[in-house]
Amino acid sequence: MASWGEASESRLIGKRIPRLSGKDKVTGKAKYTFDINRPGLLYGRILRSEIAHANVVGVDISEAEALPGVKAVIPLIEAGKKIRYQGQEIAAVAAETDDIAKDATRLIRVDLEELPYVVTEADAMAEGAPQIRDDWAGNQSNPNVREEGDLEGGFTQAAVEVEATYHAPVQTHVCLETHGHVAEWEDEQNLTVWASTQGVFGVRNDLAGYFNLPANQVRVITEHMGGGFGSKFGPGVEGRTAADLARITGRPVKLMLTRKAEHLVAGNRPSMTQHVRAGATSDGRLIAYDMKGHGTGGISSGAGFNAPYVYHVPNLRTEKVNVAVNVGNQRAMRAPGHPQGAFAMDSLMDELAEKLGMNPLEFRRINDSNETRQAQYTLGAQEIGWHRRNSVPGSGKGVKKRGMGIGSGLWGGGGGPGTQARVTINADGTVEAVTGTQDIGTGIRTAIAIIVAEEFGLSPTDITVKVGDSAPGLPSGGSGGSQTTASVAPVIKTAAAAAKQKLFERIAPQLNAPVEDLRVGNRTIYVVSDRTKTIKWELATGQLGMESISEGGTWDEELRQGGVAGTQFAEVEIDTETGAIRVIKIVAVQDCGLAINRLATESQINGGVIMGLGQALLEERFMDAQTGRMLNANLEDYKVPGTFEIPEIKSIVFDTHRKVTGVGEPPCIPTPGAIANAVYNAIGVRIRELPITPDKILTALAEKKA
Amino acid sequence: MEKFSYVNATSLEQVTTLLGDSGWGEVMLIAGGTDLLAELKEYVETPKTLINLKTLPGMSDIKADASGLKIGALATIDDIARHLTIQHHYTVLAQAAGSVATPQIRNVGTLGGNLCQRPRCWYYRDESTDCLKKGGDICYAVDGLSKYHAILGGDPVYIVHPSDLAPALIALGASVKIVGPEGEKTMSLEDFFTLPAVNPFRENVLEPNEIVVEVQVPPAKANTRSFYLKAREKGAPDFALASVAGVFEMDGKTCKSASVVLGGVAPAPWRSKEAEAALTGKMINDTVSKQAGADAVKDAQPLNDNAYKVTLTQNLVSRAAMMAAS
Repeated sequence: MASWGEASESRLIGKRIPRLSGKDKVTGKAKYTFDINRPGLLYGRILRSEIAHANVVGVDISEAEALPGVKAVIPLIEAGKKIRYQGQEIAAVAAETDDIAKDATRLIRVDLEELPYVVTEADAMAEGAPQIRDDWAGNQSNPNVREEGDLEGGFTQAAVEVEATYHAPVQTHVCLETHGHVAEWEDEQNLTVWASTQGVFGVRNDLAGYFNLPANQVRVITEHMGGGFGSKFGPGVEGRTAADLARITGRPVKLMLTRKAEHLVAGNRPSMTQHVRAGATSDGRLIAYDMKGHGTGGISSGAGFNAPYVYHVPNLRTEKVNVAVNVGNQRAMRAPGHPQGAFAMDSLMDELAEKLGMNPLEFRRINDSNETRQAQYTLGAQEIGWHRRNSVPGSGKGVKKRGMGIGSGLWGGGGGPGTQARVTINADGTVEAVTGTQDIGTGIRTAIAIIVAEEFGLSPTDITVKVGDSAPGLPSGGSGGSQTTASVAPVIKTAAAAAKQKLFERIAPQLNAPVEDLRVGNRTIYVVSDRTKTIKWELATGQLGMESISEGGTWDEELRQGGVAGTQFAEVEIDTETGAIRVIKIVAVQDCGLAINRLATESQINGGVIMGLGQALLEERFMDAQTGRMLNANLEDYKVPGTFEIPEIKSIVFDTHRKVTGVGEPPCIPTPGAIANAVYNAIGVRIRELPITPDKILTALAEKKA
Repeated sequence: MEKFSYVNATSLEQVTTLLGDSGWGEVMLIAGGTDLLAELKEYVETPKTLINLKTLPGMSDIKADASGLKIGALATIDDIARHLTIQHHYTVLAQAAGSVATPQIRNVGTLGGNLCQRPRCWYYRDESTDCLKKGGDICYAVDGLSKYHAILGGDPVYIVHPSDLAPALIALGASVKIVGPEGEKTMSLEDFFTLPAVNPFRENVLEPNEIVVEVQVPPAKANTRSFYLKAREKGAPDFALASVAGVFEMDGKTCKSASVVLGGVAPAPWRSKEAEAALTGKMINDTVSKQAGADAVKDAQPLNDNAYKVTLTQNLVSRAAMMAAS
């Protein structure tokens, strides 16, 4: 049975190893899609609608075409079609410079017949609202209803009840590198695309289909990538358009989205509103849960969220509705549905615990059947100093009040089949690992090097890892669902093991030992039963001559496992006169199975916590009902955490087994709930709406006083 | 942005001549450009000519002596934040300068630009929104999203003045030297700023062919304590939700005179004579400071989303007063 071996046997796996591309990134040597400049490059720009809802009467590109320096203008929508949200594509331009391209987009004349629109959920759900989707009466989808147990019977057993409404607004992904591509046609049949993507093969297959080409005539390259968080799978309109413009002009075209477009059309996390009534028994068991909620994913559906979450309720009814608004569509965003669901559930848990007069941690212990999380509660509580929390919320002295809270989460991350990889040992002793996955910043490149180096007794820097390129024809899935490491690592491991086996078979006769007695370590192959028999790595590989060893791998289910639990504790300090919230510390205890690279895993957890903190305290998309436009499609008023917001983060890699599991998403889940509960513990007033900003704190404190 | 011609300034006479009589927006001045470039990129402004002031000699000096402070309009915000005399004797100004934006912006942003910068209002900054400040019919903040808008002096345009330096300088009793075609004049900085009721399109009295060249601050009085308190949602970069510049002449715990100017709550830096009156001649304690806070906002008229600013401003004023006495 395949295994990663015992921790004591691992020289590299599970240790803290600096990422291979770190130096290139901090020195600027690393090339992102934004940095790709090809000979004869043209710049692409897209004209987008500033109107939220309209019939297109006509698009006139003649003036734009006539502008010197413009090489192509193509309409992306035609008369008779509908504009359904701000930012929707109208036409695209390719020009000699980015400035000319922008000027040209402003010369495109668009004749629109404006239609009534709704851009807020309240407006969409109001009586007599304009109908913006023919298939959804009242702009609402059919309710998704789930019923379990006996709800009314449950409530009769309840000793306490809480009824509350929780809300989380739409958040956008804010990828530091906006979506975009550089497209170049080698000839009419061969296309190369540098893409800022989470899935090189997905982009390849989409474009091959779009241009009706054999898939291997489209090459997609993603050497480095500046953040996707679920929003960067297919090429999208912008990727197809870049390739169209390149084909028409016969020159390479770079088309990257503006920051504004990134907010408007490149995806978002749907909003969530939950009206919940829930009950618990006198001995602290959740017994009944009745939830009616809605959310918006823009003009599309997809506004799901998890409710209830983590904790088991035997009797429940939930009803969820999607609300359509004239706003750009949602896309998967780091743990879709979970962080907002966790915020509501963990807030509810604390409210019930308080009614029961119970420590919220004890209340969770009673209602959480997950043994991993039970152990995490103990560890996390120790680490934050849970005993220091206010036993009476808001009872701290002085203007600045501190409090502590807890939140929890769960995720899958077990990976899946479909990755092909090759590990090659060359005669000069060099080793190469190639696969079609992509390093979207999470460190899979380094993880691959670690696995191969561990197998061969080499150092990770000895391994050349080639990822983010479809050309070798070794497909791997898109990097989503925290699946990459658990999908890729087993294949690399088995490929490396197969290559090692081949090398041992070549060397065994010389060492006069059976193949199964050979081992490798410290750049030397030796015989385990007679340590005097050795051969240096380079001497051994030197005998390969022109015949490199090159082996593929298989996805071995035994090497990976899905399902993780996580819990986080937050300590905050609130200035009750200004409403300013400072997060002092987050303890993030994250179950992750075998961490191939402990350092990268800790970074992954840090990043999740920071993203969760942004959702908790800062991020919100503001849609203006008067104009139909987003008011903060920038990074001035759409606020994301900066250095001043980032607290001490204690990331605890909570290894529960020796199988690989992904943790890209789960660390962002518990943070908003933990912070919201800490805020309550600090000031004794509950904020049920994210983000928890100074205005909400001050308003809530004023209401409490009144 | 639209195309424009670019002229390096050689003298103030040349600048005022170039500004000429074309009115606002045709010829514009650029120094640090941290505000103007964003306006150009968003097509909020589309000048034909930009005059680069950075080539004017001697306008970035900071002179501190017994007669007070003289700060050239081209002094950077960072120069002001780091100036030792300003840190020690005009603390409110150093604190305000240090709170501006980011190190990169403080390194290039200038005093003159900071005083003359345009509003951050998200309706004003949107090219497609023809708001009252840009000559349209309505101020969208009135019925729209108004979390960051004015609670004082708004009618009919509810922007807030974004400058941090202006409240601090006004609290210090600064005056501003302006050069125009007729020569130079000096006026109090407090009078330099105007409310939308006077002129909805501009935030100060500057004529299109005038230029701010220097700010003068009278000598710091003995036993003066001063503070700039800025509340914001984010550590940096972020504009003030509300700010208070307070300069207090103290005799022990008794306030001999007070100067209190609010930022981030009105279309101009807002001198709170009410707060000053509540503090002057009083022994500062909890009750007195709270009264000063309450008096500072007694005329506040919040919009839909910014009532919190009333409480916030009140608390900041009280806090500044308590700090003066502590």
